[in-house]
Amino acid sequence: MALRVKALESLLVEKGLVDAAALDAIVDHFEHKVGPRNGARVVARAWSDPAFRDRLRADATAAIAELGFMGRQGEHMVAVENTPTTHNLVVCTLCSCYPWPVLGLPPVWYKSAPYRSRAVIDPRGVLKEFGTELADDVEVRVWDSTAEVRYLVIPERPPATEALSEDELAALVTRDGMIGTTRL
Amino acid sequence: MGGMVNMGPLAPEAAEPVFHHGWEARVHAMTVASPTRGNIDAGRHQRELIPGPQYLAMSYYEKWFTSLKALLLKHALVSPAELAGGKADPKAPKATPRLAADAVTAAMTAQGSYVREAAPPQFSVGEAVRARNLNPPGHTRLPRYVRGRRGLVTARHGAHVFPDSNAHGKGEDPRPLYTVRFAATELWGPDAHPKDSVSLDLWEPYLERA
Repeated sequence: MALRVKALESLLVEKGLVDAAALDAIVDHFEHKVGPRNGARVVARAWSDPAFRDRLRADATAAIAELGFMGRQGEHMVAVENTPTTHNLVVCTLCSCYPWPVLGLPPVWYKSAPYRSRAVIDPRGVLKEFGTELADDVEVRVWDSTAEVRYLVIPERPPATEALSEDELAALVTRDGMIGTTRL
Repeated sequence: MGGMVNMGPLAPEAAEPVFHHGWEARVHAMTVASPTRGNIDAGRHQRELIPGPQYLAMSYYEKWFTSLKALLLKHALVSPAELAGGKADPKAPKATPRLAADAVTAAMTAQGSYVREAAPPQFSVGEAVRARNLNPPGHTRLPRYVRGRRGLVTARHGAHVFPDSNAHGKGEDPRPLYTVRFAATELWGPDAHPKDSVSLDLWEPYLERA
């Protein structure tokens, strides 16, 4: 594959269709500038600032943009909040839709057939494989990202974290917690 | 494939890198930078045109690589001879890359929108709707597992670019977009958990009053 990809890149550069330095910059953007640390900051802000949480509920795209996170695959954001009685799980059964500005690029399992096919019909079985056991009285809401709306799960704030700063709270937030396959 | 159950283990990976191989990063970047990137629905449709058995056997970025080459040929941006030989035809005009290195950050973080002006929505939040049993020959974002099923509108998102039209170069044809919640028991039968649900974002032409 590496040789075939290199050959295509050389051809596209030679034809003036892409710029090799722009490709470097794109790779750098997705390896270093976006990723779940961005989403963790959104969650930590929502936990510590009730006014921000209200704005996140009313218009998540605008609230997330306050922290500087916006752009491709984050054009229409919706935040879904876990509670003691509700658990949210995000999937894209049709392809690999994922909120790039806040979570970066999705992991392989998220865009693979086993997760895409099973998350909608057997969410509790999928959660169990991620080590997440839910009580029978917890409602599971699965969100299948079929359009350009992108979902970010706001996990429940862990107990005994009242004294933590926003940065310390953000360090507790995991990627899988914001997809909904795990609880914090 | 939503609703199938025997596709293998989920296989989460500890400390997964963003890209597993250098070539994956280049395929991703070329797809994002290519002049074919303008129409997201056409890109998705192109990946769906990979025949099922091959689609399931390929890795994610192999699918992207295959689709990128197909789109470049379809738009006559490269010729079959150029693709086979790996060299540009000396007679072909040289383009100017649309995306320059110093414009990448701005392009990735520009706040776009798929919302367009269109006729007002017919359905209200709280209204019962049924996903129509449609089986179009081309691209659609109406998953098979909700066709014919009844759900409740839980949100309206304005009118969004309609993929069934846009994917085929037939224009954006914006239509009202809704979030529709389906009870798990409605989708999967009486053995599903009575509290659970699946919500999807569905365009008005996919829906009828229930």
